[in-house]
Amino acid sequence: MSSPAPKSPEQSEKSKKYDRQLRLWGDHGQRFLENSKVCLINATALGTEILKSLVLPGIGSFTIIDGEKVTEEDIGSNFFLDNDSLGNSRAQAATMCLLELNPDVRGDYIDEFPENVMKQNQDFLKGFSVVIATALPEKFLIPLSKQLWDAGIPLFSCKSIGLLGYARLQVNEHTVIEVHPDNDNPDLRLDEPWPALKEHLESFDISKLDKKERSHVPALIILYYFMQKFRNLHDGALPTNRAEKDQLRNMIRACGNEEGLLEENFEEAIHYVNTCLSHSKISSQVQSILDDPKCLNLNQDSAPFWVMVSALRELVQTEGSLPVKGSLPDMAADTNSYITLQQIYQKRFNEQVETVQRRVSEILRNVNQSPDAITEDEIKLFCKHANELYIVRGTCIADEYQSSTLDISMYLDDPDSLMMYYVILRGLDRFLSEFNAYPGQFDDQVEPDVVKLKSTIGKLLAEWGCGQVLRDERVHEVCRYGGAEMHSISAILGGCVAHEVIKLITHQYKPLNNTFIFDAITSNSVTYRL
Amino acid sequence: MGESAQDSYQKRWGHLRKVLERQGPFGHPEFEPSPEILEFVMNGCKILVIGAGGLGCELLKDLALMGFKNIHVIDMDTIELSNLNRQFLFRRKDIGMSKAECAAAFINSRVHGCQVTPHYKRIQDFDESFYRQFHVIVCGLDSIVARRWINGMMISMLQYDDGVLDQSSLIPIVDGGTEGFKGNARVIMPGLTACIECTLDLYPPQITYPLCTIANTPRLPEHCIEYVKVVQWPKENPWGSNIDGDDPQHITWIYEKSAERALQFNITGLSYRLVQGVVKNIIPAVASTNAVIAAVCATEVFKLATSCCVPMNNYMVFNDVDGIYSYTYEAEKKSNCLACSQVPQTLEIKDPSKMKLKDLIQVLCESASFQMRNPGLTTYINGKNKTLYMSTIKSIEERTRDNLNKTLTDLGLSDNCEIMVADQTSPNTLILKLKYLIEDVNMD
Ligand SMILES: [Zn+2]
Repeated sequence: MSSPAPKSPEQSEKSKKYDRQLRLWGDHGQRFLENSKVCLINATALGTEILKSLVLPGIGSFTIIDGEKVTEEDIGSNFFLDNDSLGNSRAQAATMCLLELNPDVRGDYIDEFPENVMKQNQDFLKGFSVVIATALPEKFLIPLSKQLWDAGIPLFSCKSIGLLGYARLQVNEHTVIEVHPDNDNPDLRLDEPWPALKEHLESFDISKLDKKERSHVPALIILYYFMQKFRNLHDGALPTNRAEKDQLRNMIRACGNEEGLLEENFEEAIHYVNTCLSHSKISSQVQSILDDPKCLNLNQDSAPFWVMVSALRELVQTEGSLPVKGSLPDMAADTNSYITLQQIYQKRFNEQVETVQRRVSEILRNVNQSPDAITEDEIKLFCKHANELYIVRGTCIADEYQSSTLDISMYLDDPDSLMMYYVILRGLDRFLSEFNAYPGQFDDQVEPDVVKLKSTIGKLLAEWGCGQVLRDERVHEVCRYGGAEMHSISAILGGCVAHEVIKLITHQYKPLNNTFIFDAITSNSVTYRL
Repeated sequence: MGESAQDSYQKRWGHLRKVLERQGPFGHPEFEPSPEILEFVMNGCKILVIGAGGLGCELLKDLALMGFKNIHVIDMDTIELSNLNRQFLFRRKDIGMSKAECAAAFINSRVHGCQVTPHYKRIQDFDESFYRQFHVIVCGLDSIVARRWINGMMISMLQYDDGVLDQSSLIPIVDGGTEGFKGNARVIMPGLTACIECTLDLYPPQITYPLCTIANTPRLPEHCIEYVKVVQWPKENPWGSNIDGDDPQHITWIYEKSAERALQFNITGLSYRLVQGVVKNIIPAVASTNAVIAAVCATEVFKLATSCCVPMNNYMVFNDVDGIYSYTYEAEKKSNCLACSQVPQTLEIKDPSKMKLKDLIQVLCESASFQMRNPGLTTYINGKNKTLYMSTIKSIEERTRDNLNKTLTDLGLSDNCEIMVADQTSPNTLILKLKYLIEDVNMD
């Protein structure tokens, strides 16, 4: 037989190539990625591993700043430096190898030491979406941190030493619309249905349905029916505690069919008791965003996020709740009953989006922003995820490094705490600036360096007001590494950091907040907020 | 080796040498630092990587830069456009070529001295004598069946002396898996620690939609797609073949028919991408998660080969949806594991005069501890080998099909009889003893 004429949308090459990731962050996430500019300071193995997992999914462009020349040791640990590059510019060699990975990505390099680049042009880093620094000594990291903090550009500082990995994110303010929660409770509003939904829900009397109707009615309608019954018995109140919820469940359970059996949709209604009774309340996390000064004081430079939050705030003020999500989970029902219900939710969502959209246009006009600063799709997405809105306000690395007190003492009481490695890595930083070499870098200096590093760490702990003493064996282990960069450790950390960068660029998923330590000795990791 | 070559070698591997030639407090109790360890990693140790896809590409890179020179890689797949967002050893010009061969060629040209040997084959094409040559097996697979098969192979190679495991017959397996932003990595010491079958319940069953829903009360776009797949395609069979998820014409046909059906039922949200996803059972994948999991696995291979550290014990989960999270714990060895326990397996049957052979097969496919795909069953009756059912060979399937509707009693299977079960999930035949819970009453 002849094949049917293809009418389906022709998929672009790009959407075929990126198919496996578009299913996660969507075409809109991909657009953010394709417009991003990432800067890498120092093309260490860790640095190129991070860039690899950013070039592959298709960031817009990258720039590598690195004044080093490729050494034998570099080639032995860095996949993106080939044999012939020995002695050449590390920035250039890495850029060439990384560009091969994806023809859609642009890349360039500056064969100069980062501190010189910063000295020559203070504004050089402006315009980057994210800056990543690997193996950057303390004395350059601190000014860089200050500069990027003020410019509002996120900075990642990362290290890979022996079997230890460290990543610290510095971000002044970062907003997330799509958090992608692991368990997303359905947004059903049965506690406070709007008039159209209420009318529909109340048009059913479960006790009068015949056998066929009973099996086709969606669980929501069953649940609502029994919620009303419960309310009648409890002065209009809904169940709040477990015993009351059980009571409601039992009321549903007692309502078997002629044979005394409970159909699938009734079982589903019982199941929904736990998660779907009250959902109209606004979480404190979202409320604090609605009350944020940035939302209340808009201006010409306000980000789209805050303009939308402001419009949302007005909707909440008039309607008393966030926009409904507009989607229904699947539930046993006949097609018609389900679709009718789904359309009621969808219609409500569309109406609310329209309200928010009107407000957004007004606000944009009022603050002298272009009317197309925010698209309809962006507003839809924003409203759909209004209950997930998330904001991080981070801390500055320079503050952490220059602070005289560091509140870590409580961790150090546990001798197995991975906080010990944070302390050691800070000691290592200081050792490096004092002696211009890693502890244990030279074979004949391992033992003396253990002593020196211990004393450096002791001083640091005293400065921070921590009375604890580190176990010698951990200090010894770090001196064993002698600053060695092991490829697989850099690859672990590289993958982690790359995804954090993608989170920052796409404004999806909650990013690291703010210090991550990976201990490959025991295969454990931990996150601290410093 | 000339003097300058020796010098360059010393420098190039300086990072690894620090860790291997210096004493460390966290080394394995048997760890004795010396240059011989790196010498073993480079010239003595032989690693097998199974899979040259998302994890496999990363594994090969990681192992090559952790000093391993003697690596074999097996993969029967060819390169597709949708691989290129993460399988970084492949380029557009490589589409259609063998993953194993391309990946090996790339690594061998980039990492001086590394010798990756590719096998453009299935794991089932090799026998014990092939697998026995390796010191560690690393799996970067997306298929549970293949994982279970290789697990079964490693366990069948164990040798016991009076019930005591001969450690020299043990080959460790390091296994990684990813899905979206989640992943896991584990170390298996076959016969000693939890194996793949011990933790089979960690793999969730595939989502299936009941036929009555997709036929009578569809509500989701997925229901429409599934209907076209299982009902309309076999009926209309537009190309006279099975569905090929890689053939755009097939996907287009399913897309159009599903769209018609969705329109008819007022169902919204059907897209071409969704149709592809459902038909091909696509698992989302990104470069970053594969990078993390493969590198964790490679680190464990390095620990196993060098003893520079105690290997992970024994299972790590990873998730970077909300911040970065990992958790490492000891998965427990199941005392009656199908694969590694050496305990005879029994299956309790309530009533053999009611249980049909097809019910027994259903139990083998659906119960969490068996999860078989298309088991073939044979037995001995009166000392004679009898095939009860086998779906994989057409002529035998036709000859034994009638048995499916016979009860165990009808088939002459008595209490405590043994049936031999062969399935693609294992290279070994499982011997299953049927235990009847009620007496087999003769109805006459
Ligand atoms: Zn087992």
